Amino acid sequence: MTIIFYIIQKEFKQIFRNKGMLPIIFVLPLLQLIILSNAATFEIKNIKFAYLDSDHSSSSRALIQAFEASTYFNVVRHFSSQTQANEAMLKGEVDVVLAIPSHFDRDIQKNKQATLGISINAIDGAAAGVENVYISQIIQRFNKNIKTTQLLATKPSASTRNVIETIPLFWYNQTLNYKTFMVPGILVLLVTMITLFLSGMNIVREKEMGTLEQINVTPIKKRHFIIGKLFPFWILGIGLLTIGLLIAKLLFHVPMLGSLLLLYLYTSVYILVILGIGLFISNFTETQQQAMFVAWFFTVIFILMSGLFTPIESMPKWAQIITKFNPIKYFVEVMRMVMLKGAGYIDILPQLGKTFLYALLMNTLAVWSYKKTE
Amino acid sequence: MKRFVGFVKKEFYHIFRDRRSLFILFGMPIAQILLFGFAITNEINNVNIAIVDHAKDATTTAIIDKISSANYFSIVQIIEREADIPAVFQQGKIKAILNFEKDFSQKLITNQHAQVQIITDATDPNTANTVSNYINAILQQYQKQLNHEVSTPYQITPETRMLYNPELKSVYMFVPGVMTIILMLVSAMMTSISITKEKELGTMEILLVSPLKPFQVIVGKVFPYIFLSIINAIIIVLLSIFIFKMPIQGSLFLLGLESILFIVSALALGILISTISTTQQTAMMISLMGLMLPVILLSGFIFPISSMPLPLQLISHIIPAKWFIIIIKGIMLKGVGLSFVWKETLILVLMTLFFIGLSIKKYKIRLE
Repeated sequence: MTIIFYIIQKEFKQIFRNKGMLPIIFVLPLLQLIILSNAATFEIKNIKFAYLDSDHSSSSRALIQAFEASTYFNVVRHFSSQTQANEAMLKGEVDVVLAIPSHFDRDIQKNKQATLGISINAIDGAAAGVENVYISQIIQRFNKNIKTTQLLATKPSASTRNVIETIPLFWYNQTLNYKTFMVPGILVLLVTMITLFLSGMNIVREKEMGTLEQINVTPIKKRHFIIGKLFPFWILGIGLLTIGLLIAKLLFHVPMLGSLLLLYLYTSVYILVILGIGLFISNFTETQQQAMFVAWFFTVIFILMSGLFTPIESMPKWAQIITKFNPIKYFVEVMRMVMLKGAGYIDILPQLGKTFLYALLMNTLAVWSYKKTE
Repeated sequence: MKRFVGFVKKEFYHIFRDRRSLFILFGMPIAQILLFGFAITNEINNVNIAIVDHAKDATTTAIIDKISSANYFSIVQIIEREADIPAVFQQGKIKAILNFEKDFSQKLITNQHAQVQIITDATDPNTANTVSNYINAILQQYQKQLNHEVSTPYQITPETRMLYNPELKSVYMFVPGVMTIILMLVSAMMTSISITKEKELGTMEILLVSPLKPFQVIVGKVFPYIFLSIINAIIIVLLSIFIFKMPIQGSLFLLGLESILFIVSALALGILISTISTTQQTAMMISLMGLMLPVILLSGFIFPISSMPLPLQLISHIIPAKWFIIIIKGIMLKGVGLSFVWKETLILVLMTLFFIGLSIKKYKIRLE
C-alpha cells in the first residue's frame, strides 16, 4: 500500500513540477469550455441576403420589405444585373439572392400569378434547406396578405379553409438554448481529452526516457505500479469535471435536475475506461509520438461520432454500430439525461452497465499487455 | 548545401525507419475520411418518434401514414396516456411525440380548426428544431391537399435553385472540413513533436554546434513533413473524387498550390509551438488540446460561423482552417479561380509569415 502511495506522490510531483504543463491542463480546457460552448449552434440566422429587383413596383418593394423585416435575413446588397449577383455569390458575399422579374406587379394584378427566382448557396445542404423553409414562409405570408386585402374588397366570406394548427413544444429546453446542450457535451470532450492524452503519454514517456527499466528492476508489483500511475489522472479528471460543472452552473446557468452524486458515480467509472484505453495505447507504442497519433486518431473518431455535433440516428446502420463502442457517446447521453432531464439510477443503468463492462475490459487488457520485461 | 541535403536525408531515414508512425500517418487519415465522409451528416434520417392519438379517426390515421412514409421518421411507439410522456423521453430513445387532440376530424370539419402538439426532446436543440420544422412541413402539405378544392386567388411561386449542391448532400460540406482537420493537426503535431524530441533527448545541442545554421536545421526538419503532407492531401483529394464523387469544378493545380500553402502554414504553426515548449508532452498537449476543438468548432466545418455571436466570429478570423475551408469549397464546388479567393489566400500567406517570423524571434540558439 505504501508503495502505491509513493508512486502516486511521485506522479503528482511530476505533474505539478512541469510549469509549462499546468496551464495546458487546467486553463486551456476551461477557457475552451467558456468560449467554444457559444459556437456550436445549427440555428440559421444572419443570412446574407441580396435582391435583384427588375420591377421597381409597389409589390416588389413590399416583398423586399417583408424580407428586411425578417430577423433571419440581413439584406446586405442589391444588384442591378444577374452577372453582378452571380459574381457576389461566387465570392461568398451573399448566400441567398432573390430575383424579382420585370412585370411582377402586372402579373399579380392581371394573372393573379407570378414567379420569383431564388438562388441559394447550397454547399451547406442542411442550412440551405432551412433557408428555403424561411423563404417560403415569408412568401406564403405575403401571398396571404394580398389575398386578404383583395378578398376584403371583393367577397369577405371566402375563408372556407381547414386549418390544422401545430403547436411545437420544446421540452426540457423551451427557449432552444444551445448552450445548455453544448456545455455538458464540451465538458465531456475536455475531460476525456485531458485524461486520455496524459495517461497515453505517461508510461510511454518513461519507456522513451529509459526510466521504465529502472522501475522494472525494482520490486514494485505490476498492478501497484499501474494503479499508482493512473490514480493521479483519475483525480485530475474528477477535478476538471468539478470545475467545469461549476462554470456550467455559475456562468451558463445550465440546470442540474438530477443527482450530482449519480453524475460523479458515472464519471468515476467512465474515467477508468479512458485511462484503460490510454494505458493500452501506451503499452503498444514505443514513442510518445506514436502514442499521440493513436490517441489523436481515436479522439477525433470518438468526438465526431458521439452524437454531440451531428445526430447518431442519421448515420448509416454500420456507423451506428461503431458508435456503440464509443465511450464518449455514453457519457454525453448520461450528462444530458441527468443534468437536463433529471434521470435517475434506473434510467442510466444501461449506460452505466456498459461503461462498467468497458472499463473492466480495457483495464484487464491494459494490465495484461503491460510487461515488466521486454 | 551538401550538408543540408545530408541532414534532410537523415530526417527521411528517421521517418521511414519508424514503420509504425508511418503507417499511422497514412492509414489514419484514410480511415478517418472514409468513416466521416459516410457517417457524419446533419441531415435528419430515421428519427424515432411516438404518437399519442386521442382521436384515432380517419384524419389522424392519414397524417400518421403520411409521416411514417417520409423516410425522415420511424414511428416506433404508440403511447396511450399522456402521463407516460416524461418516462418515454427519459429513456432517451424517442426524439419527438405527436399529440393529437380528441375528435380531431370532427373539429376539423365543424370548427375548421384542429390542434396537434409536436413535443420534442429539446435537450438536443439542434435536432429538436429541425425535427419540429420537418413535421410541421408535412402537416402543412397535408393541409394544402385538404384545401385543394378551395381556389387560391393569388399565387406567387418561388422557383428555387440550389446552387453548387443541388441534392443538398452533406458530404460536400464535410469532406473539405475533414481534409482541413487532418492536414492541420497532422502537420502541426508532427513538426512540433519532431523538433521538441531533439530538444528533450539532448540531440538538439549536437545539431546546434554542428556547422549547420539554425535556419537550416529547422527547414531540414520540416521539409520531409511537407512532402508527406502533400502525399496525404493527394490521397484525400483522390478519395473525395472517386469515393464521394465530389466535383472539382475549379483548377486542380490551384487546389494543389493552396493545399501546399495551408500545409506550410500548419507546419509553421508547429514550429512556433515547438519553440515555446521544452518537452514533447507540452508540444503535443498544445497542438492537440489547443488546436483540436477550435479547429472543429470555429472553422465553419460543422457549425455556420455567421450564426455565432460576434466575438466568436472575430475569433474565427485567426483560425487558419477557416480560410482554407472557404478556399477549397470555392475551388471544388463553386469552380472559382484565384481572383475570387485571393483575399483568403493572402490572409493565409500573412499568417504563415507571422508564424515563421515569431518562431525565428523565439528560437533560442543556446540551451539553458
